[in-house]
Amino acid sequence: MEPILKVQTLTMDFGGLRALNRVSLDIRKGEIVALIGPNGAGKTTFFNCITGIYTPTHGDIFITPPEKPRLRINGMKANKVTEKGLARTFQNIRLFPNMTALENVMIGRHVRTRSGILGAIFRPPSVRREERETAEYCYALLKKVGLSAEVNELAKNLSYGAQRRLEIARAMATDPFLLLLDEPAAGMNPSETLELDQLIRKIRDEDGISILLIEHDMKLVMNISERIFVMDYGSKIAEGAPMDIKNNPLVIKAYLGEESHADA
Amino acid sequence: MFTLQELRKSVIAALWFMFLTFPILVIRVNPLERTILWRWENMLYVGLGVFFGSYAWRELLRRKERGLKRRAQGQAEEKTGFFQGLAENPKLILPALGLVLGITLLFPHLVNPYQISIMTLALIYVVLGLGLNIVVGQAGLLNLGYVAFFAVGAYGYALLNKHFALGFWTCLPIGAGLAGLFGILLALPVLRLRGDYLAIVTLGFGEITRIVLENWGKFSGGPTGIRGIPRPEFFGISFSLSEAILYIYYIMVFAVILTIFVINRLQNSRLGRAWVALREDEIACQAMGIDKAGVKLSAFALGAMWAGMAGVIFAGYNTYINPKSFTFMESVIILSIVVLGGMGSILGVVLGGLIMILLPEYLREVGNYRMLIFGSAMILMMVFRPQGLIQSKRKAYEFHQDKGAA
Repeated sequence: MEPILKVQTLTMDFGGLRALNRVSLDIRKGEIVALIGPNGAGKTTFFNCITGIYTPTHGDIFITPPEKPRLRINGMKANKVTEKGLARTFQNIRLFPNMTALENVMIGRHVRTRSGILGAIFRPPSVRREERETAEYCYALLKKVGLSAEVNELAKNLSYGAQRRLEIARAMATDPFLLLLDEPAAGMNPSETLELDQLIRKIRDEDGISILLIEHDMKLVMNISERIFVMDYGSKIAEGAPMDIKNNPLVIKAYLGEESHADA
Repeated sequence: MFTLQELRKSVIAALWFMFLTFPILVIRVNPLERTILWRWENMLYVGLGVFFGSYAWRELLRRKERGLKRRAQGQAEEKTGFFQGLAENPKLILPALGLVLGITLLFPHLVNPYQISIMTLALIYVVLGLGLNIVVGQAGLLNLGYVAFFAVGAYGYALLNKHFALGFWTCLPIGAGLAGLFGILLALPVLRLRGDYLAIVTLGFGEITRIVLENWGKFSGGPTGIRGIPRPEFFGISFSLSEAILYIYYIMVFAVILTIFVINRLQNSRLGRAWVALREDEIACQAMGIDKAGVKLSAFALGAMWAGMAGVIFAGYNTYINPKSFTFMESVIILSIVVLGGMGSILGVVLGGLIMILLPEYLREVGNYRMLIFGSAMILMMVFRPQGLIQSKRKAYEFHQDKGAA
């Protein structure tokens, strides 16, 4: 089966600095894949290239949305990439702090709804229905991530773990086929991480959304992912099943002395 | 509270103010008799006033800090101001609306034409404030050249009337449309800009518009402006002066109601949410699939349209326009209306507009001190209530537990 995301020899230069060096990666439908590596390895840059925030210097990014032909998305604007079905969360949470939790998720729905200026002013039945459906759809998403009690709470007043989950709900509202999570467990306590583990599985199993995540919490990574890619200094140094990665000498070398819980 | 340190702070403040006010309040030179009058008693008043005032100032600051701390710890419910409380009490909304509408309709029959005309001007600024509120309060794009769109509307009506004899009612939508077009023209080059940079570009745009109007004599009449602009008429019936003043007042009341209605609907719509999201986080907004350019253009254009409409009415109201009415100072006043009233809050901006325009007018009684009082009021407001008279609240949704289940 054709991979839903296929990245070939992706290279990104910032001036004289090569942040990504010929990275290749592919994700098949229904997979949970992790991208790990020491700090500064280029993981987030990789995400930013895929989601259209940066335009890569060389290489190709292809996506194959369900029941649609393959599509090259290099240099496509971030909002177009999202429209094609790739959604992401951010390492340093980027919610809309002064909007309610529900409104945050409704923004994710923007790209799948249509009403415009005149619709907003005259509010015909079709627009009313769309608004109602949007609100209910987003409420269901909030329920799924366990935030149904905080619907009308401002995003900035939510706890850290809740903000992370809200970001996931917001990304899911865009109807993605691939969800990119940038350190979703950062700053979470063990029980919150466990809930996150279950949530990610639920998203994959119930909604059929494939997942690519960057994560430093090795316990979560080893538990949840079916395949792992390891990066160091902008290059991919290993890929494979969690057990193989754990015992890979290159990976151990990359982490040694920098990440004490690498073999946890 | 009365520690030595506090005493020292107050003494220093008092001495500093005595020094600062010395040239204006103490010395009075009489050039005719070539004498100097030393009014030392003024210095004493300033010193005493500042000494005790600084105690009060610090006490107020402390209170504010305590309030913030309590709120941060979640102990106290957010304390609502007087206006805020009124605005949020659901039982009061309908009677309050009725009362306000009654007063606005009765108002012109109780006062003299001068007062009506001041009120009309205040309402024009309310519409301007509401329009700018879309751009600054909702979409978070600081626009310091907003008055340019006001000028486009006013000159649009004046020139179309002069050259093509178009009437007020024909020009009203044309003026709004023209201003909207200018809004898009301004927005196109600034799509990539934000914050300070955007503010400077829009400031430049406002100044260019004014300077063009001032110097392109053949087109705009130059500094002398355009006179003899007809007042609005009613299906071909023109009015006497006092009737016309009343008529424009009612047009303006209607314009304010229309603006509030439309802007309220826009705010609670898909587009309105996108504006706020753009203000909150541009990158996240784009990553969620929102076309940044389109949303910015719509905010600029829709904000500018209200200024254009207000401009047409202003030209009809004044019957005479010149570039002096469209200086940078006007942009600042409109921006102050938005900030003072409360960014993003419709009711706040309406109150802000009325206060900003009516207060200086009615303070004429106290003569030279009016701008001083006005300025200090704004400083106090921003220090103690930076969120404005009325803080905008996000819409709350109600769900039943069984509804919308996944």
